[in-house]
Amino acid sequence: MEKPLATLRSATGVPTGRLAVWWLLASEVVIFGGLLGAYLMFRLGHPEWANAAAVTNTWIGATNTFVLLTSSFTAVLAHQAAEKGDGVKAANYLFMTIGGALLFLIIKSFEWYYEISHGYTITANGFWSFYYTAAGIHAAHVIAGAIIMGFIAVAARKGKELQRVELVGIYWHFVDVVWIFLFPLLYIAK
Amino acid sequence: MAQAATEIHHEAHGHDAHAHHGPQGILKYIWSTDHKMIAMQYLFTGMFMGIVGGFMAYVFRMQLAFPGVSVPLFGVVSPGEYNALVTNHGSIMIFWVAMPVLIAAFGNYLIPLMIGADDMVFPRINRLSFQIFLVSVLMILASLFVSGGGFGGAWTSYPPLSAQSQYNLTSIGATMWLIAVALEFVAFLLGGINFIVTLMNARAPGMKAYDIPVVAWMIVIASILFMLSVGPLIAGAIMLLFDQTIGTGFFDPARGGDPILWQHLFWFFGHPEVYVVLLPAVGIVIDIVATFARKKLFGYKIMIFTAVATGVLSFFVWAHHQFIAGIDPRMANIFTVTTLLISVPIAELLFVMIATLYGGNIKLNTPMLWALSFIAEFLIGGVTGIFLGASGADIYLHDTYFVLAHFHYTFFPIAIIGTFAGFTYWFPKMFGKMMDDRLGKIHFWGTIIPFNMIFIPLFVLGLGGQHRRIYNFQNFPELAAMQPFRVLATVSLIIMLLFQLVFFWNCIKSWRGGAKAGRNPWKANTLEWTTESPPPHGNWPRDAMPRVYRGPYEYSVPGREDDYWPQNLPS
Repeated sequence: MEKPLATLRSATGVPTGRLAVWWLLASEVVIFGGLLGAYLMFRLGHPEWANAAAVTNTWIGATNTFVLLTSSFTAVLAHQAAEKGDGVKAANYLFMTIGGALLFLIIKSFEWYYEISHGYTITANGFWSFYYTAAGIHAAHVIAGAIIMGFIAVAARKGKELQRVELVGIYWHFVDVVWIFLFPLLYIAK
Repeated sequence: MAQAATEIHHEAHGHDAHAHHGPQGILKYIWSTDHKMIAMQYLFTGMFMGIVGGFMAYVFRMQLAFPGVSVPLFGVVSPGEYNALVTNHGSIMIFWVAMPVLIAAFGNYLIPLMIGADDMVFPRINRLSFQIFLVSVLMILASLFVSGGGFGGAWTSYPPLSAQSQYNLTSIGATMWLIAVALEFVAFLLGGINFIVTLMNARAPGMKAYDIPVVAWMIVIASILFMLSVGPLIAGAIMLLFDQTIGTGFFDPARGGDPILWQHLFWFFGHPEVYVVLLPAVGIVIDIVATFARKKLFGYKIMIFTAVATGVLSFFVWAHHQFIAGIDPRMANIFTVTTLLISVPIAELLFVMIATLYGGNIKLNTPMLWALSFIAEFLIGGVTGIFLGASGADIYLHDTYFVLAHFHYTFFPIAIIGTFAGFTYWFPKMFGKMMDDRLGKIHFWGTIIPFNMIFIPLFVLGLGGQHRRIYNFQNFPELAAMQPFRVLATVSLIIMLLFQLVFFWNCIKSWRGGAKAGRNPWKANTLEWTTESPPPHGNWPRDAMPRVYRGPYEYSVPGREDDYWPQNLPS
């Protein structure tokens, strides 16, 4: 099916896809903003939540931060390759990014398994409710991003729709930034 | 001659487009990515839900006027059913009528046509948005029939009532209601991104920011408002869902949670939401007023900046819904000031409409009557809001029928009058036929007069101390004496609902046998009137897309023979 003329126009000069991703991120910012704003208000009103926060393992959180930041770096390399028109190289870097996402999720599941088996479940208290809800919504974004990157990488291998490599990269940096907020709020603040 | 040639070329192209692109047969209607088809899907789904919501109003109004009576077409209303009816009436009218019709249907239909594009920038995301919306429709309708019945905790869904099934007694209905609302939000986020990006990027060559018709601006500003306000409520909905299903205590004070948090998250969205649906209706009214006053819009830029100012202010007024929820009185003072402040831009919007009418050559046909009644009726809604925005008066009036009458005087002009104004104005474009003006006027008066007869008595009842969400007022001796007002409201409602039959009859009659509309029956300037009625797939021939040379409201320009000046005519 032929693309509509509307898709090809650019009255602002910014490519339509990039514009849409930025608006998508704007809507995501307020979702996480609402959640973390509520968490912060609770945290200020309940100093005793620090006892629960003390149980979280900062080292595992830091490792995951490192993994996610590294995957963002390979996403940038994928973008750079796509800019040069090298679809195969871009796809390979995207697969490495997906690998980072999977590693992040594996570490997270071991961490959660340990915590849940020690009785720190989502219903344990307010802190743990926020801990699992916020990190869970973030993990859902990681999974969604990894799946979308898979589709884009397969197309990029054939040299198709290379502009999408940049778009998913923007999204991936956002997922990263959300974690940068979650890490100190859930792990470091004891 | 030249026009005839384009017409022939156009037909050929239109036929060609149908032969080679898109699905065929019935799939053309349910699997189409054409923005006009998706607009129709939203329009008819929204109107169907309007009938559902109207029927619910009829049932619970019958119970209030004649307690315990077996309501025709429904039966005796139990207290639980009464709660489910008022809750779902509110939810459906806002989320499944006002939003799909005013934003999604008019936005989808008008934005590409008004900016001279052949479709939205993401046609398939557009279709996905409708499909998610359709799932949410089925979900909310199904929730009425599950064990325990539909959710009955009011459309604001305050916990702990909404969070604990031992209080609301509708464990399945409450969860289905919540999921349906969340899905509806997702559908409108996808649709909203599409509207915003389409308006930003897909404009016809020559169309600058201030050449865009006001209604397209308004729908996009509303989409931005929706997008920026709904996020915290999506987070809140996930938290409430966890409270309902896996037993977290986000909103449960017994477990360290806070029920007021939900009120903040809900109204941070809930108040901007009023402007999300108001702005498209204002845009529709403005376009109609300028066209039928045959006069240039008074203060185009003022209008746009006012809408933006309304949007910004609307993020700082939400706590006026919580004056009696135990918030700090100093906070209440601040929110009183911001709330009263927002009446300034709203008054400006109405003054722009009135100033456009002043000295115009006014044509009183059906769309214009709807547009003028919007100004009059919304004014009543706005002015009564001042009593509620002031925290002192609100402490007495809160949660009474005064509040109920107030917001129906805002939402009815928005969702019903705005829709009928837009529908009767663009009907010739959508279906290629003129509507019967005499039937249209009968329907207009048959709707407007009963509408006022329903809600003016409710103001009186509210001032008399009648609280909302009460199943049977006969149980309260001091309120029982006011029964004639309740009967008057109910009888008026039934009359108003019956007059809607005139509207449906008019639609069918005009669609089958109305006079051919031609391209531009109203002699309007905006681009949608430069193509055929109804527009073909792609809206214009691909090699003859319109160019824009001027703003949309150049009516009665001195020195020109015609009293209109289409945007696409070279000078």
